Amino acid sequence: MDTLVDIRRLKKHFPILGGVLRRPVGAVKAVDGVSLAIKRGQWLGLVGESGCGKTTLAKTLIRLWKPTSGHIYFDVPDVVKAEIEMLESQDKNGSKLNSLLKENDLGTFSSSRVRSFHRRAQLVHQDPFTSLNPRMKIKNIVAEPLKIHHVLSGHAVETAVEELLDKVGLSSGQLERYPHQFSGGQRQRIAIARALATKPEFIAFDEPTSALDVSVQAQILNLLKDLKREFGLTYLYITHELLIAESVCDYIAVMYVGKVVEMGKPEEIFHTPRHPYSQSLIAATPVPDPTRRVGRIVLPGEVPSPANPPPGCHFNPRCSRASDECREFEPELKLISNDHYVACFYPL
Amino acid sequence: MEDLVRIRDLTVRFHTYEGVVYAIDDLDLDIRQGETLGIVGETGSGKTMTALAILRLIPYPGRIESGSIVFFDKGLRSELELLKLSEDKMRSIRGCKISMVFQEPGSALNPVYTIGDQISEVYLLHQRQELGRQAKRRIDSLLGNGGTLAASIKRPFWRWQSRLYNKIAEGSNPLEPRILSHIPLFRRLLWRLKDEAGLLTVSMLKDVEIPDPDRVAGRYPHELSGGMKQRAVIAMALACSPELLIADEPTTSLDVTIQAQMLELFRRIKADRGASVLFITHNLGVAAEVCDRVAVMYAGRLCEVAGVEEIFLHPMHPYTKALLEAVPMPGKELQTIPGALADAFNPPPGCRFHPRCPSAMPTCQHERPKLKEVAKDHMVACYLY
Repeated sequence: MDTLVDIRRLKKHFPILGGVLRRPVGAVKAVDGVSLAIKRGQWLGLVGESGCGKTTLAKTLIRLWKPTSGHIYFDVPDVVKAEIEMLESQDKNGSKLNSLLKENDLGTFSSSRVRSFHRRAQLVHQDPFTSLNPRMKIKNIVAEPLKIHHVLSGHAVETAVEELLDKVGLSSGQLERYPHQFSGGQRQRIAIARALATKPEFIAFDEPTSALDVSVQAQILNLLKDLKREFGLTYLYITHELLIAESVCDYIAVMYVGKVVEMGKPEEIFHTPRHPYSQSLIAATPVPDPTRRVGRIVLPGEVPSPANPPPGCHFNPRCSRASDECREFEPELKLISNDHYVACFYPL
Repeated sequence: MEDLVRIRDLTVRFHTYEGVVYAIDDLDLDIRQGETLGIVGETGSGKTMTALAILRLIPYPGRIESGSIVFFDKGLRSELELLKLSEDKMRSIRGCKISMVFQEPGSALNPVYTIGDQISEVYLLHQRQELGRQAKRRIDSLLGNGGTLAASIKRPFWRWQSRLYNKIAEGSNPLEPRILSHIPLFRRLLWRLKDEAGLLTVSMLKDVEIPDPDRVAGRYPHELSGGMKQRAVIAMALACSPELLIADEPTTSLDVTIQAQMLELFRRIKADRGASVLFITHNLGVAAEVCDRVAVMYAGRLCEVAGVEEIFLHPMHPYTKALLEAVPMPGKELQTIPGALADAFNPPPGCRFHPRCPSAMPTCQHERPKLKEVAKDHMVACYLY
């Protein structure tokens, strides 16, 4: 499998403005140096608590926001990426590096190129109650991407919309309705149909089921599975529910305060977590089985603010294994076994 | 075990312009002394309405049409019919004997008062006599010692205050402090009540494991994180040591690690105080963690009530089974429930689950199954049993 999306040292900082002149006095480091590769056809789960930068990462990756620094490569051959790395390390040949970056790095794309990129990559938002325009009919909502990207025109749009709605399990009789006439699960289906309209290769889902009931959630997850198989899609799936990540994803990345702390296959992450944070996150997840009540680790304290994270490893104030080294230096993400990366000085 | 609350034939309807919503339909439920009863169900199944009905807080245009809710008051050792009490009496029960923790801690707190003020209010309202006693004791100790000049000047004033607080401590609603509390500026003379309430508040905040409770008491809600706000709301609900604590999705808006802290707190509260907890949640995992018994609701009716191990290991009602199957678990195919939730305006006749039920029979379509005990402490409303 080749790599479809490759994120390297991505940072997204939001300035905090203060004083009379509204100058930046600090920054919220929402995403702070994340490197991540998503292979073609993979279902990557990104888990973490609120405020850890999951959504920011997805929105920056889709280029709704411009990254502060770092590179995002979408379907770029490895040779080109290697050349850019090499030129960067040499610290010369400025013009050649710039032209290469302009050509390949999503982070430096102009707005028109970003728009054409959106044909290939789409985002499904968290809350289906706010992500659909209440004044637009369903057929117009789903047809909008087709019109913007000039994929189809005229009568072909209508048949395409009908087909799309059929794919996500809605009937064509509902075309003339408005979003408020649908339930949460149906709205999420509409949002998915809209994302599918331009036949993208990659879709990022930002907690698509967190606003839905358990039974509806299962329907949506099964729908996503079917669509992925049918269209050969690649997914980035953001969730805070570990049970979902474990049961549907092929690969999992755990984030904590703007950084990826552990990456690996779900079997490994959930059965032999190596980072203390992943371990306690998994142990804290309630499982619908009263016989498995024992062995919970209750973490003290709260998630630190990304505007003012603790020095060293961001997890050190809540970690039982923290030493002086953890309080001073930031651990790098290191490969410890087959496809399993951990950012910890003392992995479990 | 004795029952603390006994709900019988409770029916709640909402009379809206579009039609009548059958929010709760003939519900029978017991909450026993010292247990945690979980109510699980999907959106619109009537979980929250059941809780609000117990407190008689059903919002307009909803109405409790019929039924009875009997509350056994341990302090008075008598049974109270909550639906027949006067509004005044009900107010003395709400927040005192039965209290509630709401889903969203951000909107449950008043943004313009400090945390300390909001929790003190509970004490000032429900435990005025106790506060009066405390204040009198403090003044009496002031009167007892100190022979300084300042003390001898203040002594007559202290004596008057001591008499005033004594009245508050004794009488149910004495005239003098009542008049004072209505006159601006003069009501400041009752400041000792507020002080005592503040002290109780701080100890309560300490009890729910808020670090640095003195400082937090002076903070406004927006200065606290979600987990801290929820702790403050729980402190408020526990202030008067209620006999029944109703928790309406208390962990839904919190993160997993904070949720784990909260569940631990609920477990400790129950162990320390022996209060009953009515725990409303849509997360089956959370229910399995904290509850002793679980009731499953669907479209305003109870499907199944059983002990927590019984219901998760041997579910009987088809809806309970389907709900458990729909929870994503590794190494298991996700099962979905066909169809959509029952229409609230026009629910299907007979068993409300029959259009989605895999084992529906002809009887299910027009006759309503009654809740019956099929195994020890295991009630199911289904014709299969």
